[in-house]
Order: sequence, then structure tokens, then C-alpha cells
Amino acid sequence: MAELTYREAVAAGIAQEMRRDPSVVFLGEDVGGAGGVFKTTAGLLEEFGPDRVVDTPISEQAILGAAMGAAMTGLRPIAEIMFSDFFAVCWDFVANEIAKSRYMTDGMVGCPLVIRSGNGAGLRFGAQHSQSIENWAMAVPGVKVVAPSTPKDLIGLMAASVRDPDPVLLFEHKALYPSKGEVPEGEIVDELGKARVLRDGSDATVVALALMVPRALEAADRLAAEGIHLTVIDVRSLVPLDTATILRSVAGTSRLFTVEENPRLCGWGAEICSIVSEEAFWDLDGPIVRITTPHLPLASAPNLEDLALPDADRIAATIKAALG
Amino acid sequence: MPLSGAPYGEHQIVLPEPFDESLKDAPIDLEIRIEMFRKQHQIRQLEKRLYTLFLEGLVRGTSHQSMGMEATSAAFGVALRPDDYSFNTYRGHGHTVARGVPPEPIIAELLGKATGLVGGKGGSMHLTSVEHGMMGSYAIIGAHLCIANGAAWSAKLRGTDQVAVAFFGDGATNIGAFHEAVNYAANYRLGTIFVCENNLYMEYTPIAEVTPVRHPAADRAPAYGLDATIVDGNDADAVYLAARAAIERARTGGGPSIIEAKTYRHGGHSRADPGKYRPDPEVEAWLDHDPIPMYHQRLLDLGVGEDRLTAIIQQVAAEIDRAAEAAKSAPEPPAEALWTNVWANGGSQWRN
Repeated sequence: MAELTYREAVAAGIAQEMRRDPSVVFLGEDVGGAGGVFKTTAGLLEEFGPDRVVDTPISEQAILGAAMGAAMTGLRPIAEIMFSDFFAVCWDFVANEIAKSRYMTDGMVGCPLVIRSGNGAGLRFGAQHSQSIENWAMAVPGVKVVAPSTPKDLIGLMAASVRDPDPVLLFEHKALYPSKGEVPEGEIVDELGKARVLRDGSDATVVALALMVPRALEAADRLAAEGIHLTVIDVRSLVPLDTATILRSVAGTSRLFTVEENPRLCGWGAEICSIVSEEAFWDLDGPIVRITTPHLPLASAPNLEDLALPDADRIAATIKAALG
Repeated sequence: MPLSGAPYGEHQIVLPEPFDESLKDAPIDLEIRIEMFRKQHQIRQLEKRLYTLFLEGLVRGTSHQSMGMEATSAAFGVALRPDDYSFNTYRGHGHTVARGVPPEPIIAELLGKATGLVGGKGGSMHLTSVEHGMMGSYAIIGAHLCIANGAAWSAKLRGTDQVAVAFFGDGATNIGAFHEAVNYAANYRLGTIFVCENNLYMEYTPIAEVTPVRHPAADRAPAYGLDATIVDGNDADAVYLAARAAIERARTGGGPSIIEAKTYRHGGHSRADPGKYRPDPEVEAWLDHDPIPMYHQRLLDLGVGEDRLTAIIQQVAAEIDRAAEAAKSAPEPPAEALWTNVWANGGSQWRN
């Protein structure tokens, strides 16, 4: 068992897969020589060389196009989109090309590739470099969407994504890069579509993703001291979505809260609320409550950014008030 | 304000250059020429039949035809190796035929039948046949130029000498993906061949009205350190020579090429467009500059008998007849097909 940062886990996860399979290649802006603007990919160029680790121009369309064409013809590319906000300049490739090729060709053309990207706020980067866009991604049929919250999950879900025959968008949370966690020795391979129950409590179920997971856990700690016991579930994978784990938990706790960093409208939690309302309505003892970033662009001033994102105080206060 | 300042539909006309008669003596094997003749007829006759099927109300949705533009796809279809990759636009019926895909699954696809090339799920704009190296028809302008780079990169890493060809229209040269793709290919010396079929109209607007250079693809090539070749896209021999050179260059690690083929569509942009914005003298001049009668005469001049050419035309016609009848009588896709092939496991499940 070793302690790794979430940042180090990125390179560890990519390296594990590149060592295993020579068809895995990696491309993106500043990912090789510079080791990534967040230093997440340091050492990969040195180990795997410039044929397999490609420093690209600032050309997000060319990057995703190259990844798609390579995936269609036998390679297993991992492409980096540096900030997830930049998906807006290459969304055609995600929404129209990569996601739809298999269906439009009735199974003839698949795109086994991974697009990983720095997602989320907390770094005071302002409205164009801080967004949580996982809900954009899950709105497109044909792509899988994962967002790990720990170094171990990052390595395991990276491996599962690379080995998956379908395209996967893997969102790393930028504010989690310095966080640390225990990582077992040896190969780590996780499974897409599995949520994880991190904490068991009988009073309510809280579902969270990425940076919101440690914040939900902190809120649960505080409320436990007041006698309120929460189940906290790390959703981890939005597509496929592990609704069974969530529904099972709600059947036991009878209350549900979502903690979402994405702006409120059509956030991922809304879909979970919809499913639980339709399928577990009679299990519920009270309204489902969504705790989200408001429907606003993010500001760069630290106090304003902090006000926008759900934090442990707001999560705990909202849950306490709702549970009465 | 458009560059010319001309009111819509009264722009300066662009006439074809006369066919280069010296190409008759180009070093191209006669059997290759016969094959290009056959492919041009396969495309023309298929497109004509598809048009008839539109008029019969059997083809729904939209469709973009390539009548008048057959020479370029036919020449590349002959010049490429079966394992090479080609990426088409939504005006891709001809390019699909040129790679050897038979007409029946193409017609069936446009009719929305289960026997369609992609099971009725793609339609006119998404014809694909991986077994023929035809890696797809792409309906969002520009994307497939970047995707072709990926196929060329993959070939290089896998140590094969396959090349990737991306066909696109003049309009695509003004979208960012074109510039990203050409820069990328040139920088990494990928074996991508960028073939602009310049038919003078981006959709309903003359390309000259929205582009500050005369040759929208070729004139951009120097910005990426590339030479470009401009050819008469209605002369299969001219295109074949350019294709052969570009393919050889790509196969041997010489990097990408840009070919701009001057051509003209006999019809409008799509099924809904009669093309009335095109001045009559221009349309008439280009109808006279038809690739197929010219090539017929060239083969006669080269000593091929009229009976051989007529036999090819009749053979193609019979094949199209059979294909159309089979496609018409084929069943619709089963309802279950709605739910298949979102994922590699064949299904569409997104939750447990």
C-alpha cells in the first residue's frame, strides 16, 4: 500500500495501461515534455516516447479527431482536454461523431477511447476554467461518463475506461489533484457503472460526485456528532448509472439528498431525483432535496466562488433543516 | 459585404477550363481507365436512380447528390488500395460506390430498409463500409478531416503503409477543423490526403463570395508548408495522376497532400434545392464539361471499341435495376433495432 496524490494517480493510471497494451497512446496539449499543465502526466513521455505520448498543438478538434480515427482503426487512445470548459470548442467530436458512430453504423464502427479532462472549480480560475460539465456529457447518448474522487478510484476507473470498448469521458477534479489516498500495490482495475457506499447511516442517503464527495463526508461527520446519521454514496459513474445501489439505500433511509457541483438546471442529480421519484416514491418520507451550485457562471474572487459551490456547512445545514 | 458586391444570384460566373486533351497520352494503364469509366457510370446511374426514387416518394429525409462530380471519386476509388481508408462527406454516395460497395445496400439504406448498408440507422448522409475501407460519411462539415488524421496516425504506429483520404467540399475550407486538420497532418507528416472537391458553391452561396482567395483549399496549403495540386476534377485521368502521386508520397512517409479538384454539381446542394441561384450560362458550360461523355470519347480515341463501352453501361444499368428492385422489396428494420448498437455489447442500457 502506498500513498499517492490524485495528481500522481493520473500518470500512474495511464502508465499502468500503456505498459499493459502497446496500442494505448496518449495525446494532448503540453502533456509530454511539460508533463501536463497540472503536472498530472509527468514521466510518461520519458517512459513511452514521442510516438505514444504526443504533444499536440492547441487544436482540440484535431486532438479528438485524431483520437477517434485512431480508435476506429485499432488503437486505444487516451486524449486530454486540458480544462473541461474546452470541450465547448470540440463538442462536435463528442456529441456528433464519437458518441454516435456505433449507432449510426449499426455497430460497424466503434470508438474505444478515453477523453480525460480537468473539471470543476476551487482554483479561482473564473467562469471559463472552472465549470463542472459532467451533466453536458451524460446528456449525450453513446458516451460513458465517470468522475473519480480518490487516487485509487482514479487509477481503477482509468483502467476500466481504457479497457472498455466504448468511448468514456473521465472527469478529474482539479481541486482534488493535491489530495492523497492509499493505493494498493499491483494492477488496479475498477468497474464502470458502480457507485460506492462510503458511509452507512439510517437517517438519509446523500449522493455526491468528485469534489462533493469529501465535502458530503465532512458534513456527515458533523451531523453524526448531532445524532443525524447519513449514508454517503459516491456515484462515481454517471453513465452507466448504478441506480440499484441508490434505490436500495433510499429504501432503507427514506430520504435522499444530492450534492452536485454542476449548475442547477439539468444537473446529474435531477436525473437521479427523477428516477427515485418514479420508482421509489412510496419509500420516501419527505421531499428529495438537491444541493447544487446555483444556476450561475462562476466568479474568480475566492469568497464568491466559495459561496457558489456546496460546502460542508451548506450541505449539513440543508440536510439538518430538511430532516427537521 | 461579399467581395464582389454582386446581388445574390448575380455573381460572376466561373467557367470550366477546356479538357486537357494531352491527358489522353498520360501513362495510365488502359484497364485502369476502363475501371474508372465503369465506376463513373456506376455512380451516375445510381444517383439517377436514387433521384427517381425520390420522385416516387420512396426516399425520405434529405440527400446530397454528386451527378457531374463522378470523376474524382472514381479516380481515387481505382487509385487506392483496398486496405486504405477513405472518409467522405454527406455527399458520399459516389465515394461509397467508388470503393467497391455494391448498389443494393446503398439504395436500401436510403429507402430505410433492414438490408441497408448500416441497417437503416444512418441514411444517405452516413454510408459506411469498413470492409471496403470506406470509414464513414460525415455530415458535420470538417470533422472527418481530423478523424482521417487519426487513421493515418494509427497506420503509422501500427507500421503499415495505409493512407487516409478525406474528401470534402469547398465550403469546408472555411471551418476551423480544416485548418486544425491540415496543420496537424503537416506537423506530424501523416499520410493524410486532403481532397477538396470544389464545386464552386458552399451550399447555396458561391464560395468566391465568402472566401478571400481564388482556390479555397490550394491557396491555404502554403500556410502549412504544403504544396497543393489543382486538377480538373471532371477528368478522371487528371485526378488519377494527382491521386497516384499523393498516395505514393503518403505511403513512403512524405506526409500529407492537398488536392483541389475543380468540378460542378449538376443539381442543387440537396434534395430540397433546385440550384436556381446558379446563372444559366455557368450551368450550361459545366453541363458541357461533363466527365462521362468526355471520358467515353477518350477511350474511343484510345482504341477501345464502342461495343465494350456499351456493354459496361448496360451491365451497370442491369445491376442498378436488380439492386433497386431488391431494395424496394426488402423489409423495414425490425422495431428491436431501435435499441441496438449504442454500446459495444450490442445494447443501449445506461443504468442497472
